[in-house]
Amino acid sequence: MTTGAAGAWAGASAIATEVRSGGRSAASVVEEHLAAIAVLDGELHAFLTVLADQARADAAAVDAAVAAGEDPGPLAGVPVALKDNLCTRGVPTTCSSRILEHWRPPYDATVVGRLRAAGAVVVGKTNLDEFAMGSSTENSAFGPTRNPYDLARVPGGSSGGSAVAVAAGLAALALGSDTGGSIRQPASFCGVVGMKPTYGTVSRYGLVAFASSLDQIGPFARSVADAALLHDVVAGHDPMDSTSLDRPAPATAAAAAGEGVEGLRIGLLAEFVEDVDPSVAGAVRAGAEALAAAGASVEEVSVPQLHFGLPAYYLIAPAEASSNLARYDGVRYGLRVDAPDVEAMNRATREAGFGPEVKRRIMLGTYALSAGYYDAYYGQAQKVRTLIIAAFDDAYRRFDALIGATAPSTAFPIGAKVDDPLQMYLSDVCTIPSNLAGHPAMSVPFGADAGGLPIGVQVLAPALGEATMLRVAGALEVAAPALAAPALAAPGAGATR
Amino acid sequence: MTEWEAVIGLEVHCELRTATKLFCGCRNAFGDEPNTNVCPVCLGLPGSLPVLNAAAVEYAMRIGTALLCEIRPSVFHRKNYFYPDMPKDYQISQYDEPINVDGWLELPDGFRVRVVRAHLEEDTGKTSHMGGGGRIHDAAHALVDYNRAGVPLVEIVSAPDIRSAAQARAYAAELRAILVATGASDGRMEEGSMRVDANVSVRRVGDPGFGTRCEVKNLNSLRSLGRAIEYEIERQIALLEAGDTVLQQTRHWDEGKGQTVALRSKEEAFDYRYFPEPDLVPLAPDAAWQQRVAAALGPMPAERRRRIGTLFGDGAAEGARADQIATVTEQGLDGLVLAATDAGVDPGLALARTANEAAADAERARELSPDAYVALLKMEQAGALSSTQTKAVLAELLAEGGEPADIAKRKGFEALESDSLAGVVAEVVAACPDEWSRYAGGEDKLAQFFIGQVMKATQGKANGKAVVEELRRLRG
Repeated sequence: MTTGAAGAWAGASAIATEVRSGGRSAASVVEEHLAAIAVLDGELHAFLTVLADQARADAAAVDAAVAAGEDPGPLAGVPVALKDNLCTRGVPTTCSSRILEHWRPPYDATVVGRLRAAGAVVVGKTNLDEFAMGSSTENSAFGPTRNPYDLARVPGGSSGGSAVAVAAGLAALALGSDTGGSIRQPASFCGVVGMKPTYGTVSRYGLVAFASSLDQIGPFARSVADAALLHDVVAGHDPMDSTSLDRPAPATAAAAAGEGVEGLRIGLLAEFVEDVDPSVAGAVRAGAEALAAAGASVEEVSVPQLHFGLPAYYLIAPAEASSNLARYDGVRYGLRVDAPDVEAMNRATREAGFGPEVKRRIMLGTYALSAGYYDAYYGQAQKVRTLIIAAFDDAYRRFDALIGATAPSTAFPIGAKVDDPLQMYLSDVCTIPSNLAGHPAMSVPFGADAGGLPIGVQVLAPALGEATMLRVAGALEVAAPALAAPALAAPGAGATR
Repeated sequence: MTEWEAVIGLEVHCELRTATKLFCGCRNAFGDEPNTNVCPVCLGLPGSLPVLNAAAVEYAMRIGTALLCEIRPSVFHRKNYFYPDMPKDYQISQYDEPINVDGWLELPDGFRVRVVRAHLEEDTGKTSHMGGGGRIHDAAHALVDYNRAGVPLVEIVSAPDIRSAAQARAYAAELRAILVATGASDGRMEEGSMRVDANVSVRRVGDPGFGTRCEVKNLNSLRSLGRAIEYEIERQIALLEAGDTVLQQTRHWDEGKGQTVALRSKEEAFDYRYFPEPDLVPLAPDAAWQQRVAAALGPMPAERRRRIGTLFGDGAAEGARADQIATVTEQGLDGLVLAATDAGVDPGLALARTANEAAADAERARELSPDAYVALLKMEQAGALSSTQTKAVLAELLAEGGEPADIAKRKGFEALESDSLAGVVAEVVAACPDEWSRYAGGEDKLAQFFIGQVMKATQGKANGKAVVEELRRLRG
């Protein structure tokens, strides 16, 4: 372990401050991170594409701006990793699928443009479960990502690559997407902060769709403040996304900077404590006590309707996915497997291009939308969704925020659940309800289990309640037990954790 | 045994004349180089999202208003099926909550056809099968042009109120005139900007229920529409009279063979798996917007025909004249007729010139200055120009523009002064004593002979009416 500068382990705010003031060059920051990727990513496999040349050029541009007396922006020189379902102009965007293996989008996602405008340096594209369908990053056509705390375990998913990049110091920040917990669950497994904002606060333009009514882009960071900083950069109305909220996104960084929780009413969600591993339940209860000690009023609350979230989700998400993924037919882009006629070509392409979990969900969703079954499945699931929103609304009449487990367990061994889809689906039981409701939720590291694997506590808030959520998250961060650095991480990790 | 009766409903797809496509900023234009008006959105690239074009909504509301529909809050759905010229392999359309519902359309003879709905949706691209003589099954490969993908359409669905091929043609013609009048469409069936599918079934007169229907596609003109429906009615009647049953099918009209051919049966029909489009929000035009649209809408063809008809008094606008009125209205030239009659031109003359000559070049006639047109017709009415000369001046006026008097002068169409005309007539009469004695004896038809002779003598500069007047004067 090296001493001296925090190196690849420095936080985003610290890097940006130093680069903007001319105290450090963006080039040196990028080189440290590229070096860490070169050393560590062979084993971790967080990245599908490393953009070394482009990152160096972007860093040089940031340094030139600073030298010219300009302000490159709030993320000046900060290395950021992007989940590989975010479109990057001219750079492969695979969604970890054979069907898009060689596809290079002709355009940047809105969030990518906003990152660059803020001075961020994109270092690479990260691994995910194919089309974001999974909870372990094992469903990648290009091999799994490994958890830096234990290489035999999964990092969670589907944004496992982004979580690992940040946890191991390969990037200061990362963006992921969260459809049913795909940011929060891997954040929990990897000991980092992961946040799913309110649906509509971050543009989905350029996020390859899995389930359009649930997908939302959000940040990974090693601190609550850094997560808020990244969120503030990418959030805000986008005329290219009709579901983007047409109002200025409230800045949240200040709220995260330690306003405290005095006077806040916080509900401890019984459903998210009772059916989880004892170590996780213990961490959540300890978090609740810490919040009470910090001046919040904390009370246990039961919202039994949340039990219906998982089955409703596994109808709605596959239904939308079956339609969203229809376009991968071999006609216009991506993989094409030739056949005598167009229907056969469609079939052969999709048979060869999609992995088993994607096929499973397409079939499930196709069935759920079929004539004669729509009302019983998709229609009924949408009613459950309304029920869950009403149940949350009821809880938020009494509470400013809710807390519970992010995931029922800590990171599980690679291969443990690949043959049991239902067990895998249960990994998201605590995160799914917030997607169905469109509400913000985030995971904050709060200690470790007996084996040293990180545990995340989830904070949930009503729509557009990010500021309150970040206050609670900040208080948990302050009170959290020290978490050891990952076994495999960039130099300097031990010095600052 | 009672007579058979046809039951027909039409589905009309109308491309809207917006500058840009329904969900992106690409140009909406016919005939451009393939795949030049495309972007990530209309190509359905991964990650792209639709944004609704307000101008398309406005046109849809104009159509709904013109068809006396109720305009309602609506929702877009996805209609899922695989087709290579559909970039997302689903079409964004409106399903159970369309923007326009429950209107009607009145045919020129007063018959009303109910309009069930008129909803917004996106068009597909266009596939060209290459090699094998253009037939799908023999083609070596196919090329797809996505310029049309995402072009806004309004689909207008009639109730099954139509009872004959002639009535179906009248409905389609009237609907086309309405669509053109709203400004929403150019109504060009041959370019595919208006496409008609016909649902046809037959039953015994008096039967309350419906027979099994067939949907006939590929009707590219009013003529095809009429022929295809007539064929389909005969085919179904023949089946039923032979004791067979009509199968519910989608059928393709083969213009060359003059037949409908089965495309797919009910069992092979797609399950479209409609569900609400999660990438768009519900559409709810407010009352103020609806009122602005209604206020800006000009009079519809029925009202415009009525205005012209009143120029001729009760019952006078029938037969050939009714056809002329229909023509000028459909071509958007009724304003010229009214401008002329307001300025004192005889309604018969104004209608005839507009329906026969101006309508032959309707596109240019719509651009014509009404003042110039009125001035020309007044010259004809005053006898300053013969009808032949008037037509020649009008042709140049349409082609080049300018002032009718100048054009007439340039062409040497200055009518003969009445003195010199009288001289020419006298010479001709003197040269043809036999014909003159017969004319003088009451054979009026010989006036044509003398007009011809006078025209020959004056190189066509004489006015026929003036010649007849002079002949009558001489006869006494």
